[in-house]
Amino acid sequence: MSNEKKSKESFLARIRKSPLFLPIIALILVMAVNIIHDAATGANPLGFFIIRLQNTTSNGTILYGRIIDILNRGSEAAILALGMTLVVSSSAGTDISVGSVMSLSASFCCMLLAGYGVSSTNELAVPLFVGILGGLLMGCVCGCFNGFLVAHLHIQPMVATLILYSAARAIGLLLCNDLIVYIRNGSYGIFGSFIGPIPTPFIITAICVCVLSIVLKKTALGLYIQSVGINSKASRIAGLNSKRIIFLTYVICGLFAGIAGIVNSSRITSADSNNIGLYLEMDAILAVALGGNSLGGGKFSLAGSIVGAYTIQAITTTLYALGVSTDQAPVFKAIIVIIIVAIQSPPIKAYLRKRNAAKEVARV
Amino acid sequence: MSAGTVSKKKALNSHTILLIVTIILFVVLYAGGCIAYGSKGFTHLQTFLNILITNAGLICVACGLTCVMLTAGIDISVGGLVAMDCMLLATGMRSGIGAFPMIVIVLVIGLIFGAIQGYLIGYLEIQPFIVTMAGMFFTRGMTAVICTEQVSITQDMNKAFYDIANIKIKLPFGGYVNGKGVYMAPYVRVGVVIALCVLILIFLMLRYTRFGRSLYAVGGNAQSAAMMGLNVKKIKMKTYILSSFLSSIGGICFCLNTMSGSVQQALGLEMDAISSAVIGGTLLTGGVGNVIGSFFGVLINGTISSIVKTNGKLASSWPNILTAALLFLFIVIQSIAASLRTKKAK
Repeated sequence: MSNEKKSKESFLARIRKSPLFLPIIALILVMAVNIIHDAATGANPLGFFIIRLQNTTSNGTILYGRIIDILNRGSEAAILALGMTLVVSSSAGTDISVGSVMSLSASFCCMLLAGYGVSSTNELAVPLFVGILGGLLMGCVCGCFNGFLVAHLHIQPMVATLILYSAARAIGLLLCNDLIVYIRNGSYGIFGSFIGPIPTPFIITAICVCVLSIVLKKTALGLYIQSVGINSKASRIAGLNSKRIIFLTYVICGLFAGIAGIVNSSRITSADSNNIGLYLEMDAILAVALGGNSLGGGKFSLAGSIVGAYTIQAITTTLYALGVSTDQAPVFKAIIVIIIVAIQSPPIKAYLRKRNAAKEVARV
Repeated sequence: MSAGTVSKKKALNSHTILLIVTIILFVVLYAGGCIAYGSKGFTHLQTFLNILITNAGLICVACGLTCVMLTAGIDISVGGLVAMDCMLLATGMRSGIGAFPMIVIVLVIGLIFGAIQGYLIGYLEIQPFIVTMAGMFFTRGMTAVICTEQVSITQDMNKAFYDIANIKIKLPFGGYVNGKGVYMAPYVRVGVVIALCVLILIFLMLRYTRFGRSLYAVGGNAQSAAMMGLNVKKIKMKTYILSSFLSSIGGICFCLNTMSGSVQQALGLEMDAISSAVIGGTLLTGGVGNVIGSFFGVLINGTISSIVKTNGKLASSWPNILTAALLFLFIVIQSIAASLRTKKAK
């Protein structure tokens, strides 16, 4: 009996220690709020979970439902969170330029496709893959710039990325000649719509996650990144090229920002430099923090970040469903963030541990 | 004795060299503007005063942010706080509350907001970036909760506030005679006076008070500051209170200039303030910096946008790109200076 109880306890403790504990609890809470809201308004209480096939005029038969919507809309933040996780892990800092880099990549891609100074086009000026490659390359170049500043000039990540935070969006505007470039060609919109019944952004996210986790698991890169993050000096003495690893994480982050930018601009089949990726860097950083990753670098969990990103999207979608406007939603986001990080903060953790220990003593 | 003076001189040099570079850069930029656009009135004293008038709010915010950065922290909630203050002032006056009660309310809200952020950062040891990011979300969201549309403060709403905003404090020198033969005396607004007072007070505070010196100590090395007997947690909390309070003052200056409140106001102000401070020689690693540098950082930003505006043909995105390029330049100079210093030390 007592043995059984003990194993049960350790199982609970194991769950509580898992990096996924916090985001999943948050996700469950969000679902609970949805169920209560639906029940209170007289709708089907399980409406949140219903996924059905629906015929649409533009995309044919697609999957439809609130979960699908969250998976679809949260893709950009999830893609960004992947790169951000690596950057946070290796350099103990955040890349605040990803939102602007998204915008720059999308602008560059659309400028290549439409030609300079053209604001709307039906014919592509260059083949589609050239434009996409250009956009991704632009992301990588931005990543290289950030990586060079952080790894080789030893500048704090936030200051280094502050440069592109303010410049990238402005350069994107220059590339587009201060216009919104519309690509009215069906082939470009594919990245933001549906392939068969499944939303393309979700497929792209899944591919990114698979490729990245295979690379991190099959090569020693994942281990190296964590090692540099925990102690870059010791790693260097152990024979790792710390600079190159930090540089690499920023390039990867830039590449993912490029992918996210193209997905986002494909959704609206245009390059709106002022609005693509606005505040998305905050969502990505939040996703990393929510996923149980320390912003102080070191160990990381990709799964945590992805669940974190979709949790944020779930919160946003739920708030909209509750009738909160787009402008007002940040208030609730802020309160949720503060509660989550306050629970994780060292003094509160120490307090809880002390209380648990006191309880143990009292029981004995 | 002589060795002591030499080392003191060296220390002075390494601390002030970036400040001198900043001031020289400002002078060069402004002189360049005068030469290129002298015919468009750039040489008038009023052009310079206009930069001060537009950036009065930013000067207050940058002073607060410099103090935070001295302790190796960061506060990105300032832009949102300024927007919330403007909205509070505008809606408060629309509903008939007087100007002075509203100003007091705004300042008190700034203190409370700063105390909450400071508590979370100082006592719960949460990273400043995350806390103030949540603060930014909160204040921006609250601005929309108060009112979603743009609210302008008109003369009918509150005469006292309107009059304060429109006071022209004329200077006795530096005027010019315009095309109609009328003497135009240069003037500043009330916001500029407030901003300059804040600047001088914070400069004196950082230099001569116990609290000011302890900011440098905490930023230089928090651990040794704690060992010296400083209450690091309390100092950090006080710093964030100061930053939010100064941002509230900045918000009032901003509102005096724009006379309106809207959700989109002061967008990206936090990044302007951070880049001003960095250009002015404040290190984000803490312990090094001065509000005078930040003041010149603000002036450089203002001069760039003023030049682009006077030119009139350049795309609107050029100020952002130029500021970023300057930021890059300064960061590289700082990095090289730091590596030279460590080499010398070895």
